Amino acid sequence: MSVTDWFSQRERRRYTRTGGGQGRPGPSEVADGIWVQCPGCKRALLERELAEKVRVCSGCGHHFAMTPTERIASLVDDGTFTEIDASLTPRDPLGFVAVKSYAESLSAAREKSGANEAVLTGRAAIAGAGVVLGVMDFRFIGASMGSVVGERVTRAFELATEERLPAVMVTASGGARMQEGMLSLMQMAKTSAAVRRHSDAGLPYLSILTNPTYGGVTASFAVLADVIFAEPGAMIGFAGPRLVEQTIRQKLPKGFQTSESMLKHGMIDRIVARTELRDTVALMLSYLTPRAGGGAGV
Amino acid sequence: MTRRHVMEFERPLFALEDKLDELRRLDTAENPELTAEIEALALELVRLRAATYEHLDPWARVQIARHPDRPKTEHYVGALFDDVVEVHGDRTFGDDEAIFAGFGTLAGGRRVAVLGHRKGVDTKSNIRRNFGSPHPEGYRKAMRVMRLADKFGLPLVTFLDTAGAYPGIEAEERGQALAIAESLSLLSGLRVPVICVGIGEGGSGGALAIGFGDRLIMLENAYYSVISPEMCSNILYKDPAQASTAAACLKLTAGELVELGIADEVIPEPTGGAHRDSVPVITAVGVAVERALADLDGIAPEGLVQTRYERLRAIGEYDS
Repeated sequence: MSVTDWFSQRERRRYTRTGGGQGRPGPSEVADGIWVQCPGCKRALLERELAEKVRVCSGCGHHFAMTPTERIASLVDDGTFTEIDASLTPRDPLGFVAVKSYAESLSAAREKSGANEAVLTGRAAIAGAGVVLGVMDFRFIGASMGSVVGERVTRAFELATEERLPAVMVTASGGARMQEGMLSLMQMAKTSAAVRRHSDAGLPYLSILTNPTYGGVTASFAVLADVIFAEPGAMIGFAGPRLVEQTIRQKLPKGFQTSESMLKHGMIDRIVARTELRDTVALMLSYLTPRAGGGAGV
Repeated sequence: MTRRHVMEFERPLFALEDKLDELRRLDTAENPELTAEIEALALELVRLRAATYEHLDPWARVQIARHPDRPKTEHYVGALFDDVVEVHGDRTFGDDEAIFAGFGTLAGGRRVAVLGHRKGVDTKSNIRRNFGSPHPEGYRKAMRVMRLADKFGLPLVTFLDTAGAYPGIEAEERGQALAIAESLSLLSGLRVPVICVGIGEGGSGGALAIGFGDRLIMLENAYYSVISPEMCSNILYKDPAQASTAAACLKLTAGELVELGIADEVIPEPTGGAHRDSVPVITAVGVAVERALADLDGIAPEGLVQTRYERLRAIGEYDS
């Protein structure tokens, strides 16, 4: 089975009936007619319409979470995404057993997300230009970074370096995957090293931080991009807000760790609404073309 | 003997010691039956001491790693290096005393750059040094020294001892995540040998920012973990009190990290921990650092970077 077949088969498992092209499911019977309340403006939205409008509330612009499939469909040229490294799957290297064993968490995550890990990586085209793309899946153990996420991201950057392609990462994560202990923490160093090699080759990397991006993912490949975009209202940080609140024993300022606050503090380049994302990414990347002769220079 | 700090697992032992001390202060001439009791208790104490320290569980080791009297970065720097020059400031915001940064000369004559998390030795210095939890400016100071090490071909030696990067409002707003990420990127590309020594706490990303390189040497009771046992317990059990179980799950001890292929070497500590007798521990660290540097002698700068990358590349377990 080719990766694309495998990919679309996996998607079919999640939707009772698929319409549209490969990797881009149409509205399903199950989802049809379901109403969703917008946490931003409390309006009731029709699920089918929400799906058509890249999951952005037509009332207040609230950005709902997206599945990687929806993200890919909204960001890259139709039918251009081909997954790589889909066969890499997690082990339980520590034999982690607490209330729930890691093995149980993994199978619950597979069930819930239909995915086999917390990031999808592959080749794609955005406005006709080839990129290597990574999209994280928060439904899979909070898109925490264990060995597989670290390895897939690292291989994505290695592929991009080898083929001299830009890298685009759409991040969301609760941080490191504690069930893999130090093997998980070291993925921060591994992915950062791979990003550096890509950068040293004079190649562009653009990251898109989505809600929520925290911990070991923020403190490694997510913020090492040449240009950092964030979706409106996304929560972004190193330490989680509850930990900060407990540590300082004060109420947190309004808007703390939102993309808007990150922008104000100079930590990201732009807040880009999802409806504008594809065009803005394409335009930005068009400025970041590798110079003749290569190399990172200054 | 005054004891400043009693660790949880030592409590029964110290209670028995106190009781024995009390009995010994009584007049045995007046109470001859005491002699037999004292002898019995003394025997019991020997047995209990052996039982307490013989098989330390991971949680006990975490407590030892946090012991306030445990030798700190400044003790290692003071004992192992001559002609130390400390440097200050990130040139952008301020000087973070939670990070030591500077240069020194090892006994064998090697001149190196030195970084370390710096916990305080008393309340006053702990407050100044934020209990060894750096802000972004601490990592940015560390990065300055990394760049200098690369520029002038000085090997880098780092000492790890932090509960973690500081989770505060200003730390977040000044880019704690960015500072750590940039530090990781920089470390991965340094064209000089990088030797890391886990001397106490290895708290997550805050430790990792100066905590990987060409060798990782761990003291027997130092730990290095993706998350603190308390926070892990909080997530797993909604209760920080299960930290002992969490500590065992996380495989965070020096010995376990060697098994996982993350640490290279464990330096033994005296019974009870390095705070009981720090001189031989500090000396052994010096010997291990010199040996690690000698191992890396003659490797070309590009070779060091490539080997370090391959070392990182090998970390992670998955099916393919």
